[in-house]
Amino acid sequence: MQTKRQKFKESYLLYSFKRDKVAMVSFTILTIFLLAALFAPVLAPYDPYDTASIDIMDSEIPPSWVADGDSRFFLGTDIMGRDLLSTMLYGLRISVMIGIGAVILQAIIGIGVGLVSGYMGGKVDAILMRIADVQLSFSTLMVAIIVSAIVQLTFGVGRYEQLAVPLLVVIIGIAEWPQYARTVRASVLGEKNKEYVEAARVIGLDSKRIMFSHILPNSLSPVLVISTVQVANAVMSEAALSFLGLGMPVSRPSIGSLINAGFEYIFSGAWWLTFFPAILLIIFILVINLLGDWLRDVLNPKLYKG
Amino acid sequence: MNDSIVRIENLVKYFDISGGFLEQLQIRSGKVRLHKTEVKAVNGVSFEIAVGETLAVVGESGCGKSTLARTVMGLYPPTSGKVFYRGERIDNLSSKQMLPYRQRMQMIFQDPYASLNPRKSVRQTLEEPLRFHRGKISAAEVNERMAEVMEQVGVNPAWQDRFPHEFSGGQRQRIAIARALVIDPEFIVADEPVSALDVSIQAQILNLMMDAQDQRGLTYLFITHDLSVVRHVATRVAVMYLGTLCELATTAELYDTPYHPYTQALLSAIPRVDGTKQKHIKLAGEIPTPINLPTGCVFHSRCIHADERCRNEIPELLSVSDTSGSLVACHAVAEGRL
Repeated sequence: MQTKRQKFKESYLLYSFKRDKVAMVSFTILTIFLLAALFAPVLAPYDPYDTASIDIMDSEIPPSWVADGDSRFFLGTDIMGRDLLSTMLYGLRISVMIGIGAVILQAIIGIGVGLVSGYMGGKVDAILMRIADVQLSFSTLMVAIIVSAIVQLTFGVGRYEQLAVPLLVVIIGIAEWPQYARTVRASVLGEKNKEYVEAARVIGLDSKRIMFSHILPNSLSPVLVISTVQVANAVMSEAALSFLGLGMPVSRPSIGSLINAGFEYIFSGAWWLTFFPAILLIIFILVINLLGDWLRDVLNPKLYKG
Repeated sequence: MNDSIVRIENLVKYFDISGGFLEQLQIRSGKVRLHKTEVKAVNGVSFEIAVGETLAVVGESGCGKSTLARTVMGLYPPTSGKVFYRGERIDNLSSKQMLPYRQRMQMIFQDPYASLNPRKSVRQTLEEPLRFHRGKISAAEVNERMAEVMEQVGVNPAWQDRFPHEFSGGQRQRIAIARALVIDPEFIVADEPVSALDVSIQAQILNLMMDAQDQRGLTYLFITHDLSVVRHVATRVAVMYLGTLCELATTAELYDTPYHPYTQALLSAIPRVDGTKQKHIKLAGEIPTPINLPTGCVFHSRCIHADERCRNEIPELLSVSDTSGSLVACHAVAEGRL
């Protein structure tokens, strides 16, 4: 264990991280956001899901530092009288959950398909990649609109609210797996002709073992990079869907549905309802993308070895 | 030569490079037809390798040496022809049926920077073939085998937890050799094992391979383009040109009396240290493409002795005379013109 820690301390990853202020700031903000999302029930001053504690008379109170503000509600309240800060913390939690869940699903499908497609080549490759192309030609939004419309019709709106999180994970996961499949396939194509793969075949190992234990570990660094960007994309997709009213219901809002809910009141002067969730979303996405860029630069051997 | 370990008969390997269906479509004299483009890498090569010998295959880049090696190892399925291992045909076996042979034949690759998996430590690299082939083997036995082999190839067994990038090229090649030796094979195909190494390291690796041959009774199929290496290690030499065998002779005979014009040209290109001037045979022209092989003898386009027969008829590999063991594929030699 000591040696592993030692190795990490001397690694190029940590070295370049320490020298890159943007990466450090992004990482700090991201960690704060993730911790806030994880510990939302502890950190949030109120429980936005607890209808008993919400008073409709508290609705549309501006942030506490503005005139007419209430010191109980730091960022004000929404139209149902929920504390905006608490709702945002819970919303971030749902958004992050959907984002990470969708990316895990994408990664599982995409890495599997990409690996098989790249290693087998020929007809298998052609068929799998055409399926990926077909999938990419549907936009995420279109798939989501059709699926959620069907689900809402068959199960009813009440049941839909319970199913919303897994449903969104599946929709976004299915819609974006070709990104992974293509990235993994490209890097498998580069690896599979190297001599260590031939050496493994000379030993007599079967294709499954060669794929998973020899080629996959060597094709993972681009996957790591796109994973960060894909989490951001998934959160964005979820926000977009929720903004269109196809995502999380207002009773269990994500960041996207908060922006949507507040948007209707922006001209009636309740700007904070949309403003704060939107800022939160922008910072969250920006920070992940900046970290992804930094990671790409570090893991690209051409940039640092050359 | 009755004790052959590997015998190949008329081995042919073509690679289809014509791509997809649309790229194959061609219109010829008003008809639409599918046209396949093939690289003819190996064209009907036959030879046997006797137990305990080192057969070196030499030839210029792109003449099919490596393809030949990989086809013998079963990495590429041959287009036609047969490969025998101790009398048993192995080129048409499924990968499962091939497993017992995989333990007995191993391969050493050219580039030690690519032939070791960068994510696996030396221990993992050496352990994998052992555990795969020996099945139930105790950890103590694995360690013992590994230590023994690492000792033999001259890599400190204490370094087994290091990764390939921590070693130099020569050390990596030693580890690659250890990986081939760890399951006790009897036949090793070495595909240019020293061409990627520094000259000072080349001799060390060659000596290591020869020592291993003495200790373990190994047989080598040694692919190389370096004629001075051949002289050092080989018992017999096969000269290849454009996927065909030109000449097959014992090392001493080949260097003393090369018969085939191509072999003569090759040998005249070896630089000498003693300063004596030597008549350099210059070959004119380019190597023909292996996609459209020349008719007749593949060498006729660059051969100064070529005549009408060479342009039309493919020469067979024939014994030069009763006294010499050399086999040569050349009309001029067979007719006594040379």
